[in-house]
Amino acid sequence: MDPEVSRQRREEATKARRKVFTVMQRDLSFFEQMDESTKEEFFKKEKARSLKVRRRRKIVNNTSLTIGIIIACAVSILAIVPVFYTFLNSFMSSAEISNNYGVIFQSLSGHADQGATYLSSSPSMTLVPQRVTIEQYKNLLIMSPTYLLKFWNSIILVVPIVVGQMVISCLAAYSFARYRKKRREVLFFSYIILMLMPFQVTLVPNYMISEQLGILNTRWAIILPGIFSTFAIFLLTKYMRQIPNAYIEAAKLDGAKEWQIFTKIAVPMCSNAIFALTILLFIDYWNMVEQPLVLLTNADKQPMSVFLSQINEAEIGIAFAASALYMIPPLLIFLWGEEYLVEGISRSGVK
Amino acid sequence: MSSEKDNIDIKDKDNKKEVKERAPITTALTTDPARLAAMKAAKKRLHRRRGLKDWALFTGYLTPSLVGVMLFFFLPLIMILKTSFQKSTTNYEFVGLANYDKVINNDAFRDASWNTLTFSGIAVPLAVVLALLLAILLNSGIPAQSGFRSVLLNPMMVPVASVVLIWQVFFSYNGAANGAGLFKLFEPDKIDWLKSDYAQLVILALFLWKNLGYNMVLFLAALNNIDDEILESAQMDGAGALRRFFSIKMYFLAPTIFFVTIMSLINSFKIFREVYLLTGDHPYTNLYMLQHFMNNAFKNLEYNKLSAGAIIMCVVMIVIVGVLFYAESKFDADVEG
Repeated sequence: MDPEVSRQRREEATKARRKVFTVMQRDLSFFEQMDESTKEEFFKKEKARSLKVRRRRKIVNNTSLTIGIIIACAVSILAIVPVFYTFLNSFMSSAEISNNYGVIFQSLSGHADQGATYLSSSPSMTLVPQRVTIEQYKNLLIMSPTYLLKFWNSIILVVPIVVGQMVISCLAAYSFARYRKKRREVLFFSYIILMLMPFQVTLVPNYMISEQLGILNTRWAIILPGIFSTFAIFLLTKYMRQIPNAYIEAAKLDGAKEWQIFTKIAVPMCSNAIFALTILLFIDYWNMVEQPLVLLTNADKQPMSVFLSQINEAEIGIAFAASALYMIPPLLIFLWGEEYLVEGISRSGVK
Repeated sequence: MSSEKDNIDIKDKDNKKEVKERAPITTALTTDPARLAAMKAAKKRLHRRRGLKDWALFTGYLTPSLVGVMLFFFLPLIMILKTSFQKSTTNYEFVGLANYDKVINNDAFRDASWNTLTFSGIAVPLAVVLALLLAILLNSGIPAQSGFRSVLLNPMMVPVASVVLIWQVFFSYNGAANGAGLFKLFEPDKIDWLKSDYAQLVILALFLWKNLGYNMVLFLAALNNIDDEILESAQMDGAGALRRFFSIKMYFLAPTIFFVTIMSLINSFKIFREVYLLTGDHPYTNLYMLQHFMNNAFKNLEYNKLSAGAIIMCVVMIVIVGVLFYAESKFDADVEG
């Protein structure tokens, strides 16, 4: 065979394989047919067209981006306004507050015509206080120590619940994750059902048990059921089941005891989830209203959340400051642990 | 060729030899039926002991939680199951389903169930769809994505008790919503939002405000988890943005949608807290939730009625959750198979 021919064939075969067809030649001839001026004109037209397309695409992209940003900003503002508003209003003087909102709380408490005239007949939603004072905070913290007491009540209820539930949940979740027999799965499902129960279903049972144990009207009536709540177990089990079995096998081969596997592998590998859950639990129990209302009727022991729900016209002057103060711990925790929280939430939904 | 065959033959012979050499030992062990049975039993015992050891170990880890859950949840549930069949707290006479009958025929209970159902029916789909839209918006290459995410997640961290005041300022008769003319969307006159037919709208706003961030983060994570290559190759094949969304992204998002639906459903049942904080024990009729019924029955010391109500609620919850989980497992099998 002629080597030149075979080389050509090989080349063609390669081109065919790479799907490079010899269209180029026709294209070249397409341009070669033109003389210089028409060529120039053609190129100019093509350039203008592509520029137009590119510009249009850019405009579409930019406008959709701008619309997106505007929507996101609007939603964000809606999300943040209540918080912002509370903080700003907490720096108003009591007089200004009752001046601005007296009308509202008059109509809320339903005795609009029992005296008490206010300067303006419609409320003014001023964002910025006329005069920034810390009068509300002074009243709240120094003049009336009951609020400090309520704040302390909140803390002393929430911290033991969160710590206790995390410890017990880690142990239980480890058990559920490592020992998977049929009966255990049934138990796990019943734990899930318990987690989903609204508080009111377990209200009477809790009340009866507290009465039997003699802890009704003490903090234990709230702390103990809180500690044994199954919410954290559900999510932690989900995480612990994601730990690759190879790690555990390797540790076992190296002679690790079950307890060592738990403390050295399972817990550290779930530390992010544990942080996230701690934050979630904290906000959940910081928020609780129903339990103290029923199980802790002694007003001196009730947390701040219950007090805030019962704020009335007389205390409107300090209500904003109390609300703001009550928001601060969870918000600080949020700022500190946002990364963990987001990761923890994200991983709970993705399998 | 022939040499290879020979080799194989030799190997075979070797193998046979080895087997033959070993054979007497194995037969000696296996032919003795008593010994065989003993060995089997020993093996079984070892297995059982190991299983028992595992069981004991992991039950040990579970014990603290199990004791508490038994004491504070399971046992009490059995107790209320018992009281739900009794005449009253002082008279333990067995009355069968009389309490259930009373509860089901109670107007307040019916209203409360209807209100709770309608609220969940509206709020959950809205929370899922809006959160998904927000997640898509944040995922579409907007600058400062994490900043927006923080701001939108922020309401989740704010205690409801703290913002109740603001909500009242917004939605009372003389409040800001009326001041801004929001009432014109619905009625010509000013509305006292929380005491009108639109009260559920206000609570819906509060629910969405609080829950959208959490749902959105879940969706964002799921969207980020989708392989870009699949989307790119679909784009090369000429799939438009909508086609890519509905045929590819929705497919990968489905498990997350399930999870978000379940979480939203749970949270929608817990809306009582918000309603209670805003309106107290006896709100406007369309805000009277199942939990109000429970709370008021509790205050009136009607424990038997309350127990029956709680058991009904319990059963309904179990059915709903069971169906959701069943659907999810079915769907999972679909995806993986």
